[in-house]
Amino acid sequence: MRFMFKTDYEDDIRLFPHSGYVLSYGVLLALLLIAPFVLSSYIVSQLVFVCIYATVGVGLMILTGFTGQASLGHAAFLAIGAYTTAYLQQFNVPFPVYFLAAGLLTGVIGALVGFPALRLQGIYLVIATISFAFIVEEILARWESVTQGNEGMRVKTIQWLGTSVPRDSPAFYFLCLGVLILTIVGTLNLLRSPTGRAFVAIRDSETAARSMGVNVSLYKVKSFAISAAITGFAGCLFAHKLSFISPEMFTLQLSIEFIIVILIGGAFSLHGAVLGAIFIVMIDPFLTYLKDDVPGMVAGVAATLGAGSERAAHIQDSVAAFASANGLKGAIYGVIIVLFVLFEPLGLYGRWLKIKLFFQLFPLYKRATFKRQKIYVKSERNR
Amino acid sequence: MSYFRAENLSLHFGGLKAVDAVNFAVEKGEILSIIGPNGAGKSSIFNLISRIYSPTSGRIYFEDQDITNEPAFGIAKLGIARTFQNIELFENATVLSNLLVGRHRHSTTQLWQELLFLPSVRSTEKVHRRRVEQVIEFLDLEPYRDKLISGLPYGVRKVIELARALCSEPKLILLDEPSSGLNVEETDDMSFWIRDMKSELGVTVLMVEHDMTLVNRVSDRVIALNYGRVLAMGSPAEVQVHPDVVAAYLGA
Amino acid sequence: MLDFVQQLVSGIALGCVYGLIALGFVLVYKATEVVNFAQGDLMMLGGFFAFTFIGILGLNYWIGFAAAVAAMALFGMLAERVVVRPILGYPQFSIIMATIGLGYFLRSIVGMIWGTDDFTIETPFSQGVVRIGSLVLADDKLSVIAATIILCALLYLFFNRTTLGTAMRASSENMLAAYYMGIPVKRVVSIVWAISAAVATCAGVLLAPITFIHSNVGLVLGLKAFPAAVLGGFGSIPGAVVGGVLIGVIESMAGFYLAQGWKDVAPYIVLLVVLLLKPEGLFGLHMRKKV
Repeated sequence: MRFMFKTDYEDDIRLFPHSGYVLSYGVLLALLLIAPFVLSSYIVSQLVFVCIYATVGVGLMILTGFTGQASLGHAAFLAIGAYTTAYLQQFNVPFPVYFLAAGLLTGVIGALVGFPALRLQGIYLVIATISFAFIVEEILARWESVTQGNEGMRVKTIQWLGTSVPRDSPAFYFLCLGVLILTIVGTLNLLRSPTGRAFVAIRDSETAARSMGVNVSLYKVKSFAISAAITGFAGCLFAHKLSFISPEMFTLQLSIEFIIVILIGGAFSLHGAVLGAIFIVMIDPFLTYLKDDVPGMVAGVAATLGAGSERAAHIQDSVAAFASANGLKGAIYGVIIVLFVLFEPLGLYGRWLKIKLFFQLFPLYKRATFKRQKIYVKSERNR
Repeated sequence: MSYFRAENLSLHFGGLKAVDAVNFAVEKGEILSIIGPNGAGKSSIFNLISRIYSPTSGRIYFEDQDITNEPAFGIAKLGIARTFQNIELFENATVLSNLLVGRHRHSTTQLWQELLFLPSVRSTEKVHRRRVEQVIEFLDLEPYRDKLISGLPYGVRKVIELARALCSEPKLILLDEPSSGLNVEETDDMSFWIRDMKSELGVTVLMVEHDMTLVNRVSDRVIALNYGRVLAMGSPAEVQVHPDVVAAYLGA
Repeated sequence: MLDFVQQLVSGIALGCVYGLIALGFVLVYKATEVVNFAQGDLMMLGGFFAFTFIGILGLNYWIGFAAAVAAMALFGMLAERVVVRPILGYPQFSIIMATIGLGYFLRSIVGMIWGTDDFTIETPFSQGVVRIGSLVLADDKLSVIAATIILCALLYLFFNRTTLGTAMRASSENMLAAYYMGIPVKRVVSIVWAISAAVATCAGVLLAPITFIHSNVGLVLGLKAFPAAVLGGFGSIPGAVVGGVLIGVIESMAGFYLAQGWKDVAPYIVLLVVLLLKPEGLFGLHMRKKV
């Protein structure tokens, strides 16, 4: 077990506590860089989605995980970023300009949302964000002069520095990966500086934060703005990846998916955002796998266990029918969410930390290390 | 004019007069204790000073500046810090993070600089860290630097609460029942620290307290409150034998 | 003028449905601080149970209704036992997500078992009308309004006049203290969920003649019922119903008098405006931590 012996204030500040981290992240980065050249284009496409969802996840994490402002309306911010992209493309605005515009405009709108949200807490804030998302969705459908309403808008391929960057090219993958890495580094920088600490302070005790000189209102608005801006940037990439956007892609369901990303991944860490994004993006391929390959496998197992071939075929059919059932995705979402809340409140990253700690402390590991504090008294929840 | 002054301060909650026309002044560098039975309005006065509540009438002056309508977060910038009776620490953060938040009023970095983590941000971070370390040394908190608040015992949390207030390098510090929940040894430590705050750090202390031993040991002056009104003001010895105070609070 | 009254009654009826769902929200919230995002789906499930009893098994309407209510009460207790009880005391966020997960699950299971088509139930109210002068009011809407009034009265009596009601209010304030006072908090919470599910079922069955029963109806209505509960202030039972009626009326009026598309958005806009002025809703309490 490695013991961190700090000799300099720099040790507290730097991003990588020791060289082991540099090595592992370096290897990860190297693998990610060669991925488009060794993996199938389908997997690379899924990785692009992971990058986009993870970017949104980091943005949402800043607002909900670190500042404690729950938001079930981030699909709206994604939509604003996407539609800004599609709209500006019509005027042949160059890529870097509309990319920045998407992020900044969404950030400004996020700040505007942050103002009225200042006085709202808990469930009221959640409902307000849901309402905001509905209103944006409706505006996108009605404001036909700008958004083409329900018909949707085409998104042209990126034209940058004279070359085109199609959405299934390695270059686009590197672009999304780059945006994700920049977002993560920026957020980490934020967290080790006064603003990030102020965010966490607001989450845990607004009164104490105020008494320490934190202008809570200003920082809440900043948090909304940053979170929205990041989501806006992701929205631009999202629009390009799908090459066609319409209002019905940005529903409450999508906002909930983002929340699932940070819930499953782990609500207080950036690793969690990435892990959660991987999880969400993997559900669809998993369902396809369930539909195509699993019935055969199950039938095969049944046959080996002695069932007759007719019975095995019957089993195969019923598993296939189950896997193709219309609501299966929803049911899986539901079950997974409930299971994670019940058993894995720290998410996938929490499970990873527990495993790491287990090996570090072996054989002294105790499950109670991660036991959660339950707060029963009502007044404890008021801030 | 005095360093800190409350003039005719009143706080009414409907018909309930939590604070009723209270007048007092605090000299620079003194330790002033506020005593009184529960519900006398002591914490309410603190909440008025740190602007969690707004007074129904009256004014508050600090260094001759009218701070009655100052927003709550501005009070820290003026150099007034406070601790809370029921400990308002940031549960999910480390001790170090908590203390660094105490430095917030000294932060000068802009958002864009922090996002890029420019060398200027790095050097100010080190300055903050150094200051926090000085406070840690002052209060003997070295073993707890990287521990999460949620795992620490009550006595240690009280000290961290004090440390966080000191990290903002205040001119005036409001201590809300610093010894409540502490045992004899910890209260002794607290009394030494309060006196050291005055002598070494030059901080003026305004303190709400029930432990009369502590009050006698550290205070320069004492104010006794009851039902939101001032009963007596003077040296500890004077106030303790004042008939109103004895009747309302201390007993014969 | 006649149109206005028609729309008003329509709006009030719809609003009563929202109000009943919101009532379920607030009941559970008052007892356990849990926001049950699956309330609308409980209503939907109740409607499907009723459809099974009345439509498929051919029972009499009132018997089927009662059977559905009873079945859902049991189901509510089951859901509480499995999903909610383990997570009482966790941060609000986790609990909300758990109920969202429950909602997903219910919608999908119902879709898989009963299918995703629209269903109807034969009710005594589907056809009749009441005539007041030249005003024609449909029976189905009036039945919803009448039922809501009756249910509210019953719940008011329950919470304020019975011991169990007082026990519920006590455990909503401070569960630990309620435990120490001998209140069987776990059982109280179960009963609250049972009542909440029963109320939702009533809403679901009464709604059947007005709209179809469909596996997504819970999501759609539940999401409208939220603004209702928030509008009224989340801790207030009369507030929930008032909020619901307001939302229903706004929606109905907006649908009739304003252009296309405003109908769905108007309630949310009103909600945001109210929250801007009164962050705790119309009847909500301003809560603050005493430091």
